[in-house]
Amino acid sequence: MEIALNWYLALSAVLFTIGVLGVLFKRNAIVVLMSVELMLNAVNLTLVAFSQSMGDVAGQMLVFFAIAVAAAEAAVGLAIVIAIFRSKVTVDINEINLFKY
Amino acid sequence: MDLSEAYLTLWSDLDGVFSMALVSLVGLIVVVVDAFRNDHPSLPWMGAAALLASIGWELSVLGDAPGTALFGAVRTGGFAAFVNLIILVSGLLTIVLSVPYLDQLKRAYGEVYALILFATAGMIMLGTANTLISVFVGLETMSICLYIMTGLVREDEGSIESALKYFLLGAFSTGFFLYGIALLYGATGTMVLPEMAAGLEASGSTLLFWGGVALLLIGFMFKVSAVPFHMWTPDVYQGAPTTLTGYMSTASKASAFASLILVLFYALPTERWSLVLAFIAVVTMVLGNVLALSQPNVKRMLAYSSVAHAGYVLVGLTAASPAGYAGALYYLLVYAVMNIGAFGVMAFLEWDGKEGREQTLDSLAGIGFRRPALGASMGFFMFSLTGLPPLAGFTGKWFVFAPAVNAGLTWLVFIAVLMSAVSAYYYLRVVYVFWMLSPEDVPEAAEAQNAAFPVPASSIAVIVACAVTLLVLFVLSGNVMGFAEGLFEEAASMASMP
Repeated sequence: MEIALNWYLALSAVLFTIGVLGVLFKRNAIVVLMSVELMLNAVNLTLVAFSQSMGDVAGQMLVFFAIAVAAAEAAVGLAIVIAIFRSKVTVDINEINLFKY
Repeated sequence: MDLSEAYLTLWSDLDGVFSMALVSLVGLIVVVVDAFRNDHPSLPWMGAAALLASIGWELSVLGDAPGTALFGAVRTGGFAAFVNLIILVSGLLTIVLSVPYLDQLKRAYGEVYALILFATAGMIMLGTANTLISVFVGLETMSICLYIMTGLVREDEGSIESALKYFLLGAFSTGFFLYGIALLYGATGTMVLPEMAAGLEASGSTLLFWGGVALLLIGFMFKVSAVPFHMWTPDVYQGAPTTLTGYMSTASKASAFASLILVLFYALPTERWSLVLAFIAVVTMVLGNVLALSQPNVKRMLAYSSVAHAGYVLVGLTAASPAGYAGALYYLLVYAVMNIGAFGVMAFLEWDGKEGREQTLDSLAGIGFRRPALGASMGFFMFSLTGLPPLAGFTGKWFVFAPAVNAGLTWLVFIAVLMSAVSAYYYLRVVYVFWMLSPEDVPEAAEAQNAAFPVPASSIAVIVACAVTLLVLFVLSGNVMGFAEGLFEEAASMASMP
């Protein structure tokens, strides 16, 4: 059975929204990082769906780059979180408030 | 096309992407050499040599006709060469200033220079992108390097906090940016910028298209720190190592704006976005300048001022004419020189041992008499940032404001000029404190009195060269601007041909 393009787009929009809400409302830096990854992967789903329905490979090309970028971001992000945990012994982003206004 | 043919095309395109290839290659060499000769003092100079060679190359191709390379992934020719020059010159100035500064911080890591080179390569790709894939890859290559550079002093809680904020907000905006690309791709069926308008007509999905444009603009506005996506800017600029702050405030902004210009020029030919940009420009200028007024820390003040300057550049883009785009390019060139200079001066006037994030401007009272070369150059940079003649900041503002007036946006330019007048207060206050305030009158200055402020001759040479360049750019402003305008008129006439 063929699933229509709209269903993929809707699923990806829902996943993206969950990711955005996670970034906005979660206070743990690692959970925020996971939410960002969810956003990127939701977009990957959109790209693959468009690419498949149009029979064009450019979208799938971008997905490969997006996966690589997400991996690089995770590596750098976790390194930063570890560095901040060493100095503050917390990853709660409400406690990280040296700079204001 | 078979594989050997593809390799031959790549090889023949090499002259179009020479700087990007050279800078990335030398970046890799720096990483490898650093693995065997840890933090060897020759590493920065390898990077500087690569950037210098690339600058020479870009100067030689400045007159080329516009074209594309790497199967249409990046643009070549005059526009690309001009943007690359801004980026490469910023990178070179930053490396020369960073060597003594990072020594002083005891952070003379070889990796820093590899990161600067990789970020430069990413910026080149971003600033010359011809497809949305190159925009994304360039943007992320640049951003990830900048996140690491921000958190360089990882034991200092200020530095690492700015890195975390930059990273989280940057990755968040990347999500929107990528979603925008996906929607544009769905609406037009192509990733190639100049083909998007035709693709949109063929598919007719305008709602999807404008949704994609809005998300893409959010991503761009974040990278150029326009209000309301500027929240990260002051925190990141205040906590990052100062010379690297100068780099990320100028080169990354120049390449992101260049990329935005390419998107607006090639992919969004309609006038609908002009008013949106005008609105963003107004809030950016007003908020940036007003918040800069009350900052006691110079780095934070310069961060808010950099928000304001993004607003001035947006005024030029709002005009949507070749003159407006060219004015924005000229402004970015001038801004790169004056801001790297200003951050360079602040880098060598640090005494708090925390990348200058806790010292106030007042603590540097009368510093001009102790370090006259730095003090005098700072005067040049501040007058130029205010936009006073005979410095290039004046002509830069003129070139972004005049096209907006011609496009009928007089109210916008009125606000911009008013805000420039407001900015005179906080810029000229720096000059006042440096030269006219006596350290005896300021209790905070006592600690700075004992600081040594060692300034190596190479840094003084670079900073004075930046100040002199501002005068040169003022004198040559007509020529540079004429050249930049020619780039867009040539491209516009080519685009209108069938």
